[in-house]
Amino acid sequence: MKNLSINTKKAFLNYGIVIVFYIIFQSLSAGGALSNSLKGQLIPIVVYMIMAVSLNLVVGISGELSLGHAGLMSVGAFSGVVAASCLSDVVPSPGLRLFLSILIGAIFAGIIGFLIGIPVLRLNGDYLAIVTLAFGEIIKNLLNCIYIGVDEKGLHFSGKDEASLGLAPGGYSIVKGPMGATGINKLSTFTAAIILLIVVLVIVQNLVNSRTGRAIMAIRDNRIAAESCGLSVTKYKLTAFVISAAMAGAAGVVYGLNFSTIVPKKFDFNTSILILVFVVLGGIGNLTGSLIAAGLLTVLPELLRQFRDYRMLVYAIVLIVVMIATNNEKLKVAVAVAIDKIKGKKTGKEGEANE
Amino acid sequence: MLDYLISGISLGSVYAIIALGYTMVYGIAKMLNFAHGDVIMVGGYVSFCSMSYLGWGPLPAILFSILVCTLLGITIERMAYKPLRSATSLAVLITAIGVSYLLQNLALIIWSSSPKVYPDLFGGVEPVMIGETRLSFATIVTILANIIIMVGLTLFTNYTKIGKAMRAVSEDKGAATLMGINVNKTISVTFAIGSGLAAIAGVLLLASYPTLQPTTGSMPGIKAFTAAVFGGIGSIPGAMLGGILLGVIEIFAKAYISTQLSDAIVFGVLIIVLIVKPTGLLGKKVSEKV
Amino acid sequence: MSKQEVKLVNVPSPNFIPERDLGKPLVLETNHLGIDFGGLRAVDEFNIALGATEIAGLIGPNGAGKTTIFNMLTKVYQPTRGTIMLNGRDTHNMTPAQISQAGIARTFQNIRLFDKLTVEENVKIGLHNHINYGLPSGMFRLPKYWREEKRSHEAALKLLDIFGMADLAGKEAGSLPYGAQRRLEIVRALATQPQLLLLDEPAAGMNPSETEELMNNIRKIRDDFQIAIMLIEHDMKLVMGICESIAVLNFGRIIAKGTPSEIQNNPQVIEAYLGTNKERG
Repeated sequence: MKNLSINTKKAFLNYGIVIVFYIIFQSLSAGGALSNSLKGQLIPIVVYMIMAVSLNLVVGISGELSLGHAGLMSVGAFSGVVAASCLSDVVPSPGLRLFLSILIGAIFAGIIGFLIGIPVLRLNGDYLAIVTLAFGEIIKNLLNCIYIGVDEKGLHFSGKDEASLGLAPGGYSIVKGPMGATGINKLSTFTAAIILLIVVLVIVQNLVNSRTGRAIMAIRDNRIAAESCGLSVTKYKLTAFVISAAMAGAAGVVYGLNFSTIVPKKFDFNTSILILVFVVLGGIGNLTGSLIAAGLLTVLPELLRQFRDYRMLVYAIVLIVVMIATNNEKLKVAVAVAIDKIKGKKTGKEGEANE
Repeated sequence: MLDYLISGISLGSVYAIIALGYTMVYGIAKMLNFAHGDVIMVGGYVSFCSMSYLGWGPLPAILFSILVCTLLGITIERMAYKPLRSATSLAVLITAIGVSYLLQNLALIIWSSSPKVYPDLFGGVEPVMIGETRLSFATIVTILANIIIMVGLTLFTNYTKIGKAMRAVSEDKGAATLMGINVNKTISVTFAIGSGLAAIAGVLLLASYPTLQPTTGSMPGIKAFTAAVFGGIGSIPGAMLGGILLGVIEIFAKAYISTQLSDAIVFGVLIIVLIVKPTGLLGKKVSEKV
Repeated sequence: MSKQEVKLVNVPSPNFIPERDLGKPLVLETNHLGIDFGGLRAVDEFNIALGATEIAGLIGPNGAGKTTIFNMLTKVYQPTRGTIMLNGRDTHNMTPAQISQAGIARTFQNIRLFDKLTVEENVKIGLHNHINYGLPSGMFRLPKYWREEKRSHEAALKLLDIFGMADLAGKEAGSLPYGAQRRLEIVRALATQPQLLLLDEPAAGMNPSETEELMNNIRKIRDDFQIAIMLIEHDMKLVMGICESIAVLNFGRIIAKGTPSEIQNNPQVIEAYLGTNKERG
């Protein structure tokens, strides 16, 4: 029970961080204190936070390295955008339309995650990483070839070009291959993104403390022992992967409906890596870290804008230095000794004071 | 048909040479060196500059780029990877990605993002005709270079002292240390060889596909990495086989199916192979002791 | 092919101690069990039968194939030949997880705990298939979640109490001392509610007084849970003290079976494994 309360404290810390973040930026934004570029970054920041939490479920909690998370995000983004434009006449309320689109995007990404997961999760470690990378690239390539249009008869698909959609006069195309989806009705709001983030946090944090979550972590820590306790490895790895995929899909919808145009190229290998960097820098398995890292690192290139060409260089150097500083054994020991010394001095002083 | 096969083997040979670098480093340091692709790009720029700006001939330019890349490889290993010898593989992976970004952005600052046209290395040489099939000199050189490198590396790892040390370190780092092998030196040598090969691969790649940009190395890098996994990562003949198969599949997919989907097909084949044989074509199965 | 043929042959049960098992169902019966690693016959012709509440010992020199037998019984390795019958049911083609659900639990020679999880969570993973709520209840903490978590919390503490470890419930499993980790592995195995418990060197690294306590606990577990226990152990005092029957393994084959006193006086066993007093002295 003591353990539960520690986990609960951690969980509420995360909800607290998100709510404080929301209040600060919502009021800054309302008061006009935010620059336009930063204002435009608010939804992407929250989306990347969701992505980081979602990937942390796979990398941190399930212990599998995935390099194709952006692919799942794009599945959500494109299916969500298509859903939103199909629903535009049927569902007048933008809030409800956004909600339904998120749901559809999450389901599609979940299904793709399931289909990818069945073969992929039999592999281990670096092989899993390369195959998820491959799937991410495949999704991007396929999206580059897909054309989707809508008219009064319903949806039309084509793998060739816009003309072959055969749209009726009133119809229009939504997704145009490498040109991506254009003319998107921007439904996403900062508030909606924050609500989704909280829902995602609730699900992941509850999961960790549940029967399923324990099984997932047990398989991560020791597969053979977990099997000897009667756990089906495939089932639980797949569960974690599919939940994570659905969350990435939901985040993708919010992302897609935040811009007037999205292209498949945006969701490439580099984006997958970016999200992985958030997870690793924030601390694998540490959701608070994921949130902070996603927030800071999305804003960092923006803040470094004055350095122009040098900003990505600085980003790269920061990345390398932080990784070495946090993972080098000698440095770790040195830091621990230093902390102990400081603590020792403090307690020593307190001791004296008490006497 | 034969044309496609030959250009596939040629492209595949480039992948194979790059994949050798991946596979050797993985075999010995158990890390995915994501920056390897960008070393190719650096090799490309160095040889480009020495030919176009300094007016050197192709051969000294290539040798110079091999030298620069070898030193670069050793430096990267010392600065970025050596401090992480005992860290998790994920931490090393992220650092490698950091190094990759670093190289790309340095190149961006030095050479700008506008593409450079790589000089025609074998401009004066007439293509060889075999029946109806035209064999360009670049293709012949690429395939020959691949064969020479393969044979050379195999002899090197089997018969030289340092080559044997490399094999020992890849089997068991701890035991190798106890046998008096200098693990750090061995890893450095591996990076040096891998990076030198990357320079050669860069030149050969640009001889056939002469567009040079800071991101030139990343896609061939990922493909070659795929090739290494395809053939069984850690295995030198595997890298060769994987590279050539990948090149042939890519060219055939482009020719007969779809240019846009060729990458998807290549990766699809990789996935199928790994699902059927999870350690790659020539990979060894390692089972966990209970 | 050969596997199928062997399965059809009906072999009379070579019981450890037939008179004790009469009238009681067998929990485990193996016939012609064997496994090859490449060309090496690691285990061959392993035939045993185990009564429902029997404590049996598996002894033999290092490398004799003892742990390999445990790995075959739990399907970590698939046997090359022979059959394993659990409660009269053939375990052919079962996965390790299915074996656990069918009633065999085990511990490991090199401890395999979930190090980063707490002691209580480790036990709850053992209880996994006896906790009744699904993914949605867990994700959204529906009433069923709270009810079942409370029940499993109490069950876990009760199990930990067998070894007086209830107060360690909140500790990280990896931080426990060695002996406590071994005991936790037994608790976790018991949590799966097995009919047969396999213990791989349970007394390894324990001092004599700890071993003494472990012996009492193993007996108590058998009596309280009414299960069969098979153990691999090098500590002869423990083996001879609590096992009702013993099989001796050498080079992958059983060289002797019988009661502790029969084994102690078997010349073959003395030569292969126990050694004479002279040699020891």
